[in-house]
Amino acid sequence: MRYPGLRLALFLFGCLLPAWWLYEAMSNQLGPDPGKVLVTRLGLGGLIYLLVGLCMSPLQRMTGWAGWIVVRRQIGLWSFAYILLHLLGYLVFMLGLDIGQLGVELRRRPYIIVGTLGFLGLLMLAVTSNRASQRRLGARWRSLHRLVYAVLGLGLLHFLWIVRSDLGEWTLYAGAGLAVMVMRIPAVWRRLPRFNRKKRNELK
Amino acid sequence: MAGLALGALPAVGRAADAARYPEVEPGKPAGWFTDKLAATRWQAVTVKDEAITPFRDATHYNNFYEFGPGKGDPADNAGSLPTEPWRLVIDGEVDKPGNYALEDFVKPYQLEERIYRLRCVEAWSMVIPWLGFPLADILKRVQPTSKARYVCFETLRDPEHMPGQRSGFALIDWPYVEGLRLDEAMNPLTLMAVGMYGRELPNQNGAPLRLVVPWKYGFKSIKSIVRMSLVAEQPKTTWQGLAPEEYGFYANVNPQVDHPRWTQARERRLPSGLFSPNVRDTLMFNGYAEQVSGLYAGLDLRKNY
Repeated sequence: MRYPGLRLALFLFGCLLPAWWLYEAMSNQLGPDPGKVLVTRLGLGGLIYLLVGLCMSPLQRMTGWAGWIVVRRQIGLWSFAYILLHLLGYLVFMLGLDIGQLGVELRRRPYIIVGTLGFLGLLMLAVTSNRASQRRLGARWRSLHRLVYAVLGLGLLHFLWIVRSDLGEWTLYAGAGLAVMVMRIPAVWRRLPRFNRKKRNELK
Repeated sequence: MAGLALGALPAVGRAADAARYPEVEPGKPAGWFTDKLAATRWQAVTVKDEAITPFRDATHYNNFYEFGPGKGDPADNAGSLPTEPWRLVIDGEVDKPGNYALEDFVKPYQLEERIYRLRCVEAWSMVIPWLGFPLADILKRVQPTSKARYVCFETLRDPEHMPGQRSGFALIDWPYVEGLRLDEAMNPLTLMAVGMYGRELPNQNGAPLRLVVPWKYGFKSIKSIVRMSLVAEQPKTTWQGLAPEEYGFYANVNPQVDHPRWTQARERRLPSGLFSPNVRDTLMFNGYAEQVSGLYAGLDLRKNY
């Protein structure tokens, strides 16, 4: 296994962050509506992991360092884990585990429908993220995992439909999403600056 | 009642007021407020068997978009807003329009304490002890003309002290505008508040003068008012302009009419703990149906949400 320290650090960070939030909530540091704060943080956390995960291949291309791709799968799985917790938090803290109400929300609320679709996409990516699935799906694995772009779009739409009065924060995330997508346009991809080559030339 | 007895002795009354509710941060009240506080009718209106929201929560979990979109933004950013001197304009269809200094404007009124439920359109709620006087008293004094059918309110516009008004991404077209039908404004429950928890209003709660309409969603209870206009036509209110299918002019608390994005049947009474969620059924007109349902006889509340 390459870069075990990096992987372990990422793993510990992924575990400790929600544990820290839970500790804050239980010691009354998150205000009068801690459930809502946790759900929001988990949702944003999942989106940030998704965006960071999508930066890995452009970064690898720009720097030539293999470590970026090594941690990509784990970052994607953390995005899935945080969104799963986001969903569970919504069920417990917002709906009070009222499954009948969940049925109503799933039929009536566009942002819930879009969020659920995004979660199902992440679920599909998570269960096919292992090597066995990669071997079994062969060439189809790559096309299946392009689903991540649709998940990003659904996630941003879900976020947009929650905004009440100020688009500032959303615009920041949507801008980041746009940037990682633009980098994938072939003409842009070819022109991404290559820092590693320059460095190597300097070393010669 | 102890409060009434102490109220007769100003100095003692002040000391007692600070301790009336636990953990209330003392403010820096204007002179006129301190004078009025001594003669307050404490607990003029109360709620039965419902706990009053802790002061810290009522002052650190706010929607006041002039100071930012986050719940903690008003507490963080409102401190520097100058609330003294403060002027209030009353104009439109009234026999006695005016431009008042706040201390002159409030002079005729005795403060009452009214403990009201506050139901936010976002499905959370609190119980808050306000200090103020009925809006009806003001309206009687300024004498609406026969053409006046609505009251339109405006919040201060002051981008220098209100960072939310400087945001390029805010969807709100400042200043914030709210309105009531004249009979709603005249209802005895409708309060003009200048204080809460036995002190003056903290800035993040709408200092120095705000509206409190307990049977409507919180956004109707406009904060930091600088203008009241009596008008003939229904005013175009801020949230209605922003998302008319989500926020109506009436905005009466109604568990049977959902917000398009979430249910209004239940509410989280704050503080709501992580593993002891304080969820309760929302009451028609926020529990004030007896006093206000008559205002809406014959009106289809599904259409007029």
